[in-house]
Amino acid sequence: MPIKINKETCVGCGACVSQCPFGALSLVDNCAFVEETKCKFCGKCATVCPCEAITVVKEEMEAKDDLGSYKDIWVFAEQKKGQVAGVSFELLAKARELASQKPNTVWAVVLHDGSNAAICDELIKKGADKVLSVSAPELKDFDDLTYSNVLYRLAKERRPEIILCGATTIGRALMPRVAVMLKTGLTADCTQLHIDPETGLLIQTRPAFGGNIMARIRCQNTRPQMATVRHKVFAEMEPDASRSGEVETVPFNKEDLSLRSKVLEVVENIGEQVKLTDANIIVSGGRGMKGPENFALLKELAEALGGAVGASRAAVDAGWIPYAHQVGQTGKTVCPKVYIACGISGQIQHLVGMQSSDVIVAINKDPECPMMKIANYAICGDLFEIIPLIIKELKK
Amino acid sequence: MNIIVTIKQVPDAANVRINPETKTLVREGVESMMNPLDAYALEEAVRLKEKLGGKVTVVCMGPPMAEAVLREAISLGADEAVLLSDRAVAGSDTLATSYALSQTISKLGGYDLILGGKQAIDGDTAQVGPGIAVNLDIPQVTCVRKVRECADGKMVVERMTEEGYDVVEVTLPAVVTVVKEINEPRIASLKGKMAAKRAQIKVMTAADIEADLTRLGLKGSPTNVVEIFSPDARQGGVKIEGAPEEQAKSLVTALKEAQLL
Repeated sequence: MPIKINKETCVGCGACVSQCPFGALSLVDNCAFVEETKCKFCGKCATVCPCEAITVVKEEMEAKDDLGSYKDIWVFAEQKKGQVAGVSFELLAKARELASQKPNTVWAVVLHDGSNAAICDELIKKGADKVLSVSAPELKDFDDLTYSNVLYRLAKERRPEIILCGATTIGRALMPRVAVMLKTGLTADCTQLHIDPETGLLIQTRPAFGGNIMARIRCQNTRPQMATVRHKVFAEMEPDASRSGEVETVPFNKEDLSLRSKVLEVVENIGEQVKLTDANIIVSGGRGMKGPENFALLKELAEALGGAVGASRAAVDAGWIPYAHQVGQTGKTVCPKVYIACGISGQIQHLVGMQSSDVIVAINKDPECPMMKIANYAICGDLFEIIPLIIKELKK
Repeated sequence: MNIIVTIKQVPDAANVRINPETKTLVREGVESMMNPLDAYALEEAVRLKEKLGGKVTVVCMGPPMAEAVLREAISLGADEAVLLSDRAVAGSDTLATSYALSQTISKLGGYDLILGGKQAIDGDTAQVGPGIAVNLDIPQVTCVRKVRECADGKMVVERMTEEGYDVVEVTLPAVVTVVKEINEPRIASLKGKMAAKRAQIKVMTAADIEADLTRLGLKGSPTNVVEIFSPDARQGGVKIEGAPEEQAKSLVTALKEAQLL
């Protein structure tokens, strides 16, 4: 096993037990004992042991490839109806920053049907050095198999060092396929990325255990290094009209078309509402909303703010608002600039879905509930009285 | 119709706490449970079986104690349960896990459909379902909120998207991951609980699934954790006091001053 405890030198001080982030260590007969199923092999125990009784045998995957031959950063530019997802632009800006730490060319890779002629230009203006464009009618809508076949073929031939993609429904269906096809690592739902100055590796930070713990992850011995990244954690660039770049067009290979899956219809049913994941401001309601009719009030506030309406699981399970609005562990993870929690007590399952918001506003009757305690602005009172007053204030 | 449901045992998130002094995970008193999203996958599998006939097999990778969630699955309508349990899989990332599970599934014989929750609530990666699909070379649809049709070796499902949903047709066998909108899971019946007690859980090892050991555990995992740290706990901020009118005004002023509006 990778964690070895020397029973001769262990003095049973318990330093490692209290420091293990995963509660995997305990003292058995006055000697440290590691429970393998809980251990994540982070090695923190070895660094805190005063007697050097713990050694971490770093078992790692062997590098079987010429890793130095992989170059460039790719950003998968997700498009729907020819419109690029905001998170793709955010990643282009981030890729520029990574490329300034370690010189690299930033490519936007776009699979589309060519209906938006300006799409490649837009990608360059917002950060891409080069665009790899595959355009065909078959690529109009996302298909898991077709898209992954195309991206796999491109990555296999061109050997990018890093591939980044938004942690969207599409990104989180596409990237896992491509990573397994390439037999490389993929880190999901990252909230931070940087280049390790010593090794030049991409360090990917992501929350785990419902956001209770943050993990820094790297992919040392395989390439490309791949990550999906949450929306709104990085800012997109202002379009820079002076930027110019090269667009390389690659023909669609018909062999990549999936014969086993097909999108029959794309239904948009959220109407004029702002998408929850794109929203800068979210007004969210919970049990304290008391009934479905009161969500009209939240909608009104959201409209006044130009935001979207969210909900807690309690409100969704009560049937007051559709599941598409649910924020939290079994719903969506959001990180808007402002999250206004109305009548939401703040159970951990809800908090994990929204606690990375820049600013949290809580409106609640109970000043002691968890949401009020973590809120930047806590308003204790009757939300049915306060919300209309806020709307009035905004309209002044 | 032979349906496989992949399930994971996870710590009950409601009880996961951080020790404020050591900033580490407190495991004592934390119960394990079936990943909540997998419960919806299981329910959908049982409903399909009830309609079309066949068998539901639940598959789990984990330590011997994970047997508990397999028994729970039997109580909820699964017919057979398989636990892949081997020290060789400890430390597996999603690449190694999807390899191990797909090897296990391919040893079980024929299947028409593999169902699972959209993601597990401890790791939250959503990567193992698609990984299994690639390894078994079958199509996939993720985040499914409704099964419209299932007949003649084909399924028509609704995939939830940011804007609404896509209607997707997929040939079977396929991997389908589900969101909680798809159904409302049943509660175990007395008969189910009895069956769960009696059930034989088939335990398989790395040797049983004829796995390439270099593709399991840390050796088979391209990603590794280099550091674990506690996020800065959110500190409370300002309490906005006063009459409701003043509260509303103060909030709007504060948000405007912070250039958030």
